[in-house]
Amino acid sequence: MTLALTIGLLTAGAVYLFTKREMLRVILGFVLLGHAANLILFAAGGTDRRSEAFYTSTDPTAMADPLPQAFILTAIVIAFSITIFMLVLSVTGEDSDETAEKVEKLDVAAESESDGTPHKSFRTNGEGK
Amino acid sequence: MSDFSVVSLAPLSVLLPILGAAIAFTLVRRPMSQIVVTLATMVITMALEIWMLVDVWINGGAEAVLLGGWEAPIAISLVVDRFSAIMLVVSSIVVLSVLLFASAQGLGDDEAPQQPVSIFHPTFLILTAGVSNAFLAGDLFNLYVGFEILLTASYVLLTIGGTGPRVRAGVTYVVVSVVSSVIFLVAIAMIYGATGTVNMADVAMKLGELDPDLQQLLHLMLLVGFGIKAAVFPLSFWLPDSYPTAPAPVTAVFAGLLTKVGVYAIVRTETLLFPGDRVNTLLLVISGLTMLVGILGALVQFDIKRVLSFTLVSHIGYMIFGVSVANQIGLTATVFYVVHHITIQTALFLVTGLIEYRTGTANIDRLGSMAKISPLVAVLFLIPALNLGGIPPFSGFLGKVGLIEGGVVNGTPLAWVMVAASVATSLLTLIVMMRIWTRVFWRPIEDSEDPAMRGMEEAKRAEANAKPLRTDSRGLVVPTIGLVTVGVALTFVAGPLFDFADEAANDMIHRTPYIEAVLGEEAAQQAQLEADVLEDWGISGSDGAGTQQGSEGGPVD
Repeated sequence: MTLALTIGLLTAGAVYLFTKREMLRVILGFVLLGHAANLILFAAGGTDRRSEAFYTSTDPTAMADPLPQAFILTAIVIAFSITIFMLVLSVTGEDSDETAEKVEKLDVAAESESDGTPHKSFRTNGEGK
Repeated sequence: MSDFSVVSLAPLSVLLPILGAAIAFTLVRRPMSQIVVTLATMVITMALEIWMLVDVWINGGAEAVLLGGWEAPIAISLVVDRFSAIMLVVSSIVVLSVLLFASAQGLGDDEAPQQPVSIFHPTFLILTAGVSNAFLAGDLFNLYVGFEILLTASYVLLTIGGTGPRVRAGVTYVVVSVVSSVIFLVAIAMIYGATGTVNMADVAMKLGELDPDLQQLLHLMLLVGFGIKAAVFPLSFWLPDSYPTAPAPVTAVFAGLLTKVGVYAIVRTETLLFPGDRVNTLLLVISGLTMLVGILGALVQFDIKRVLSFTLVSHIGYMIFGVSVANQIGLTATVFYVVHHITIQTALFLVTGLIEYRTGTANIDRLGSMAKISPLVAVLFLIPALNLGGIPPFSGFLGKVGLIEGGVVNGTPLAWVMVAASVATSLLTLIVMMRIWTRVFWRPIEDSEDPAMRGMEEAKRAEANAKPLRTDSRGLVVPTIGLVTVGVALTFVAGPLFDFADEAANDMIHRTPYIEAVLGEEAAQQAQLEADVLEDWGISGSDGAGTQQGSEGGPVD
C-alpha cells in the first residue's frame, strides 16, 4: 500500500510539473515519473521477501526477486542519461524557449492588473533574434 | 541440423556496430579513418545479416540464441525468424546507403558548417545497434533496452549542431519519446508482475491464463507505447514537427527505420503476445484515420521534408491496416509493405537532400525548373514517388493490392470502409507526389512565389548550357541511385519476396516456430493446443472471422 501511495504521489507531482511548461520543471517532472515507473517495477517483484538476492541467502521464501532489481538498475541508468541530455538541451535551447517567456509576461500582466503598478520584465531572452 | 548455424552469430549484428562505434569514437580527429571504420563495420554487419537471411530463407522457421549460457526462459534470448531476418537486412541496406550519402556530404550542412561532425558516425552506428537489438530481442526488457539505445542515439542525431530550430524540435521529440518509454516500462512491470516473466515466448504462453480484463489492459498499454513510436494517429502529432529539421541523411534514416521499429513491435504484440481479435476493430479504425489524416496533412504542406513526413505517417496506417485485418494475406502484405516502405521513404528523403544540395532549399514555393537543372535528380525523384503512390509495376502497388486483398478477405463492413479509405489515400498520395513534381520539377522557377537565389542561378546556367554552380556530387548520387534501384528491384523479386513474407506471416500467426525456438518443442505443442482451444472459443489468430469488439472478453472464466 505504501508503494502504491508513493507511486501515486510521484505521478501526481510529475503531472503537476508537466503543466508548468517550463523546460526545467518538465525535466524534474520526468525525474519523478521515472521514479514512479521504477517503483512499479519494484512492486512487480513483490515486497514481502526482502533478503539479498544472491548466494548467501539460501532460503527461496525469503530471497528477494533479483530480476526487477536488475530492471530498475538498467532503467535508472537510462533515465539518468536522458535527464542529463534534456538538461543540456534546456541550456542550449534557452533562447528558443518562448513558452517560459510568455508565461512570465502573463504573470507580470496579472500582477500589474492586481496592484495597478506596471512591472518590468527582467528577462529578455528569445527577443530580438 | 549441423552443429554450427550462422544464426548463433546473431548477437554480432548488435555487437559489431557498438564495437565499430567505440573505434570510431577514438578516431575523432581523423574524419577519413572514421568514415572507413564506420562503413567497414556496416558492410561486415550487412554481410552477416544477409547470410542469416539466406540461412533462414532456406531452412525456414525460427532460431533462438540464448545468451549467457542459461536455459530458456531465464536466458536473454535473441530470436531470428523470417520477419526479423528480413528487417535486419533491409535496415542495414538503408543505413549503409545513408551513411555513404552522409559521408559524401561531409555532413556539410550549409547553415551550420561548424557542427560536430566527429560524433555523427559513431552515433549512427549506435543507432543501428539499437535497431538490430529491437528486431532481435526475444524478451520485452531487451526490446525496451533496444528502443532506448536507438532513441538516445536519435536524440543526439536530431539535435546535431544544436541550432535553435533543431533544439526546439529535439525537445518535443525527446519529451514524447520518454513518455512512450515510460508507458512501455510500466507495461513491462505489470506484465512481469502478472506472469513472472518477460521472455516473449514465455509471456505468450502465460498471458492466456490471465483475467481477460487484465490482458486487455496490458495489451492496450503496449499498443500505446509502441503506437507513439510508430506514429499512429492520434499519437503521430510529434513526427512532422521534429523530423524535418534534422539534416537530410538523418531524416532519411529516421523516417525509414525508426517508425518501422514501432510497427515491428506492434506486429509482434498482435501476433505473438496477444493473438486473437480483441482490439482489431479499434486498430482498423485507427489505421484508417492514420492514413487519411496523414495524407490530408501532406496536401497542405509547402516544405518537401514536411510533405514526406506526413506521407510517412499516412503510410504507417497501411501497415497497421494489414495487421488489424487479422488474416494471413493481410499480415503477408504488411511484411512486404514494411520492406517496401523503408526503402522508398528513405530514398525520397535522400532525393530531397539532393534537391537541397543543388538549390539550397526544400521549400516547394521557392523551387522550380528542377527537371532542367538536373534531369538525373528528376528521374531519381519520379521513380520512388510513383512507387509510393502505388503505380502498377512498382512494389508499392503490389503491397497495396495485398493489403486490400486482406481487407476484402476480412469482409466486415468496417474492413470494406477501410479498403475504400486506403484506395483514397493511395490516390491522394499520388496527388501529393504530383504536386511536388509539377511545382518543383516542371514549373519554371521564375513562376514560383519566392524563387531561391541559388535555384534561379542554376536554372539560368542550365538554360545557357553554362557550368553549374554545383554539379550533382557523385558521392551523393550513387547511394541514392543504389537505394532507388533496390526499390525498383523489389518489383522484380516481388514473387519470391511475397512467398517469403507469406511464410513469415504463417510463422507469426501460428506462433509455434517462435515459441519452439525459444522454449523447445514441448512448449510449442502446448501453445498449439491452446491455439486450438482458442479457436474452439471462436477467437482465432488465423482467419479473423469476427472482429466484434464485443467479443473482447475472449475465453470468459
